[in-house]
Amino acid sequence: MELVAERGRRVSVEELNTSRLLAHARKQAVKRNFDDMMIVDVDAHHYENECMDEFIPFIENDVIRQLVMASRAKGRGSVIPSVAVHFQDMGGRITRYPLRSSEKTDNSEGAKGRDVQLGHRWMDAMSVDYSCLFPTLMLAIGLHPEVDMEVELCWAYNRWLTEKALIEGDGRFYSMLALPFADPEASMRTIEEFGDRKHVTGFLVTSVRSQPVHNNANMKVFRALEERGLVLSFHSAINPMEPVFKSLNRFASVHALGFPFYNIIHMTNWITNGLSERFPKLPVIWIEGGLAWVPFLMQRLDHQYMLRRSEYPTLKRMPSDYMRDMFYASQPMEQDDKIALENTFRMINAETQLLYASDYPHWDFDLPSAIYDLPFLSEKAKHNILGGNSARLFKLPPRNEAQKQNLIKYGNYTAA
Amino acid sequence: MAEKLVGKASEFKDGDRRIVIAGEKEVGVFKNKGEFFAYSNYCLHQGGPACEGLTIAKVEERIMPDLTSRGLYFSDTDMLFVCPWHGYEYDMKTGECVSNRKLRLRRYEVVQKGDELYVDL
Repeated sequence: MELVAERGRRVSVEELNTSRLLAHARKQAVKRNFDDMMIVDVDAHHYENECMDEFIPFIENDVIRQLVMASRAKGRGSVIPSVAVHFQDMGGRITRYPLRSSEKTDNSEGAKGRDVQLGHRWMDAMSVDYSCLFPTLMLAIGLHPEVDMEVELCWAYNRWLTEKALIEGDGRFYSMLALPFADPEASMRTIEEFGDRKHVTGFLVTSVRSQPVHNNANMKVFRALEERGLVLSFHSAINPMEPVFKSLNRFASVHALGFPFYNIIHMTNWITNGLSERFPKLPVIWIEGGLAWVPFLMQRLDHQYMLRRSEYPTLKRMPSDYMRDMFYASQPMEQDDKIALENTFRMINAETQLLYASDYPHWDFDLPSAIYDLPFLSEKAKHNILGGNSARLFKLPPRNEAQKQNLIKYGNYTAA
Repeated sequence: MAEKLVGKASEFKDGDRRIVIAGEKEVGVFKNKGEFFAYSNYCLHQGGPACEGLTIAKVEERIMPDLTSRGLYFSDTDMLFVCPWHGYEYDMKTGECVSNRKLRLRRYEVVQKGDELYVDL
């Protein structure tokens, strides 16, 4: 294949082979005995826009299904709102984007789906035992102007995920399913239909949206999750059309601010309106905003709370105390200043609250070594963050005896 | 120091690159504007295959004397190679990470004997 380099010069490259691309990840895993350590990736992705034809038939409403099928014709726009992800690959510098379609997978009768095969390749390279599989473009579904379309697409995708992809994953994929959060009644129906399904550990609010989490209509949704022992996660993304971001002229700027921004908005509403007091047993995870925003917000909210307590009547503790009880996905971990990062780990109780995330195959993925090689972490903290905390939270079993012994050693064995 | 055969110099076209593996060592050998360069293939960021991605000219911004910007352009002089994992950019001539020139890939000498190219490991 050819990639386009500067001034349109074409550069010949071999087809993409994920195992080969990640050969150095495999070397790192062997050197660090990662196979003996249970590693759970709380945020990995596939490109559902490339398998939409598989899940569109699950759309229940005849008219919307016909609309979506018609939109698949060449030259038509996407039914999922675009968040201008086209520059993620930096002009092809991240080669797995332009080369993705060149990767060969087994498409013979009875073979596992392409996304499952690709997922197992990168998981094996990194020594990841379990991956929480999320979509990519659907993370912007909260921007869709038609609530019915959000409801139908989430429903269809969740059926495909739980009836095909997760089933084919040899027990190594799990997921937190997207809620059609614009419609609390539909969210309830989603929880009731999918909450007991295999490999479903919780539900997801796609964070790029403007609905307030503290809307009274959502309380039954959070209560349903808490009663079932499920997890609620918020997965952020970007939206260059957000009015406050319209002046940003580079993808890097939109990305740097956008991911933390949506989590900051929802976290602020969650804390300020006392949802942690109302749902004390509901585990909440904040995914893909990095970590640096958390100390910032802890300090901002604590300061406001001390001066303006009358606006926080439901709180019994400092905002940062509630935030310390929550869980955080590690990627993309800002680690150029190790002293600042160590302080962040201290402020969020990383040893028990931080969950390793790769975000693979997206452009800014983190390997398990990004956690393992941190100079300030104890062995227990490394084991906990890379998999032990997730093993406890999602009740995931070890995949070999060495992992079991390590889980027992560090108090993370749940015998799921 | 051991020399490892890279290949025939005459078979290298400008812009070509090869990866030489010797045990744990991996070295990327590039030919750029008639010169050979060789660097460690382990990215200083997260250990990706630093020499196996795109080679591409450095992007610059045209800032005018009145300090206004007239957009971006590709440098005529500075060629980079880019780690395909995350996009860390390295200077072809020095192996320095362009974002932070305190970071530099290990450089290896390229030795030509007749038509044969070797890297000095």
